[in-house]
This record gives sequence, C-alpha cells and structure tokens, in this order.
Amino acid sequence: MSLLQYHHVSKRFGNTTVLDNINLEIPTGKIIGLLGPNGAGKSTLIKLANTLLTPTTGNITFQNQPLGVASKTEIAYLPERTYLDKTRTIRQTLDFFQNFYHNFDRAKAERLLDDLDLQLDTQILHMSKGMQEKLQLILVLSRHVKLYILDEPLGGIDPAARDYILDTILTNFDEGASVLISTHLIADIEKLLDEVIFLQNGKIILQDDADHLRAQTQTSIDEIFRKEFKNAR
Amino acid sequence: MHFKFNNEKPIYLQMIEQLELDIVSGRLPPGSQLPTIRELASQAKININTVARALAELEELNLITTKRTNGKFVTNNQKRIIKCREKLAETTTHEYLKTMQSLGFNTKELLKYLKERS
Repeated sequence: MSLLQYHHVSKRFGNTTVLDNINLEIPTGKIIGLLGPNGAGKSTLIKLANTLLTPTTGNITFQNQPLGVASKTEIAYLPERTYLDKTRTIRQTLDFFQNFYHNFDRAKAERLLDDLDLQLDTQILHMSKGMQEKLQLILVLSRHVKLYILDEPLGGIDPAARDYILDTILTNFDEGASVLISTHLIADIEKLLDEVIFLQNGKIILQDDADHLRAQTQTSIDEIFRKEFKNAR
Repeated sequence: MHFKFNNEKPIYLQMIEQLELDIVSGRLPPGSQLPTIRELASQAKININTVARALAELEELNLITTKRTNGKFVTNNQKRIIKCREKLAETTTHEYLKTMQSLGFNTKELLKYLKERS
C-alpha cells in the first residue's frame, strides 16, 4: 500500500501553473528522491502534502484518507528554510517539540546532539548555519512517524557536513517508514535512493527504481538528470 | 567492512561483486556470519532495501544462507566458492584481454609482457 497519494493535483498562483495534473504515489518503506531544477515545483509539491498550501484542483490523501490530523501526526517535515525561533536555546526547542509532538523521542534527539558536542543551553542564533541545519534535521528524524519529507536537506551545507546529514538520514529514520528527499544535488545523494521522481515545469516526467534506471542507461542518475534538464535551465 | 561504489552501475550489483570478492578472498571465511542488513547498510552508506536485494541474490546463488537463528552466513560449500572464484577470474581476465588488445598487443607479445612482470 502506498503512503501518500496525489490525485490529479494542480496548483496555480494567478496565471502561473506551478504543478500540472500530478498523479503520484509515495510507497511505504522506501527512500525516494524528488529531483528537479530550481523552479520545477518541488517545494510546492511538498508544501501541499503538509497542508501549507491547498491544491487548486485535485486532492491529496495520506493512507487513503484526506489530509488532516492523522497526516500531520505521521509526517515529519523539514522545510527548506528554518522555522525555529533562534532566540531560544536548544533545550527550549526540545521542550517545544516534546509538547507539540507526542511522537517526538527526546532521548534520541539528545543522544544525536551529544554526538555533535552541542551544549543544550546554547542559543540557536549562536550556532553556525551548518549546525543549525543539523539541529533541524535531528529534530525531524527524532520523531517516530511513517513519512519523513526533507526539502533540500543539503542546501547551503559544506561537503563534510553533507556526509553527516546523509549518514544521519540513513541510520535514523524509523524502520518501515519512507523518506522523500527533494534536492538538485543528485550526485551526493543518489546512492541512498530506492526510487527517483523527476519533476520538470510542474510535471512528473519520470518515476522509476534507481538501480533499474542505472541498469537501463549504464549511467548515473546524476548524468540522466543532466541530460534530461539540459535545456530546462 | 569497506565498500566503494560508483554511480554508473546498479548499486546492488556492485554490492554483490564486493561481497563475492570478500568471500572468495577469505576476508569473509566459509561459515562466518555476515553483519546484519542494517549494519551493512550503515557501513556501505546505501539504503537497506539495496542491501537486502544484494543479499537475496547472493542467497539465490547459494553463496550465503539464512539460518533459523536469524542471521546470514557464508556458505560452507567450498565447491560453490571455487566456482565463484573462477567466475570472477574469468571476468577480470576478459576485461584485461580486451584492454590489452585495444592497446595493440597480440597473444605472443602479451604472454611475454606478463612473464617479464610476474
């Protein structure tokens, strides 16, 4: 059974069509890459699943139910831009998450933060940008949910920190859960992926098993992406 | 265990090749227990489904077996391991010959070249 389903979903802002008749199923127990150049509609697609936006036409279901309390409980979302209150300390942020999400595993979050040698009484605004991104990722991955949606988790991060982020994703999501990762940095991430979705101009142009694609084309996902989107940029 | 992958070939096939090499070379001795799927995924930095797929294929090839006690083990069947070794040797030799031929070596030159260097 699939986790998340898009049924004929379109999203328009004024006269601009950002998503055009999207039909999509996010399966259970897989890591899926949502790949596309800037402006393809990746973030819009993700925001719709988190009810930060509503479709112009069509509808989205989570485990065949309309989006709502259940989907908000079972989807952990890492937005592209930070939503944390930076005047708070890490400890206050953990308190906030614990109050807000009953499925937040505080002990796990503290363990992961400890690995980074982060002091819980540090104010977030005193942390480097890379550390802030790591903190956000830890908060999201410390929730026990069925679907993790990560919007550009590698954006603006140096290569060493990238390894940490990828490793943390790989070893920390709940068994049997799915991870949907949007990115344009494909080379770094493609080894992790079970499936890839290519999004271009608001349309899905490809959804396939990553190893199946490699076997078929004898080339990397990154290379396929570059060829596919050469004229799109 | 140490794994290295390129992105041009299916990752699960590369995982199979590297585990085969570990088995044939004795780094994973006959009868020894493999790390869990989770451990392998974490060491190789690839996802669990990919590791599971590679192990399923190795099991299909009778190079590993699953025991009731919930673990995967390298086969004790020496014949099977020798057969795998021959397969790997043949692939490597074939690739080597192809490269040397494209460099313009004929068989006689090739043998001389090898002899001088071994």
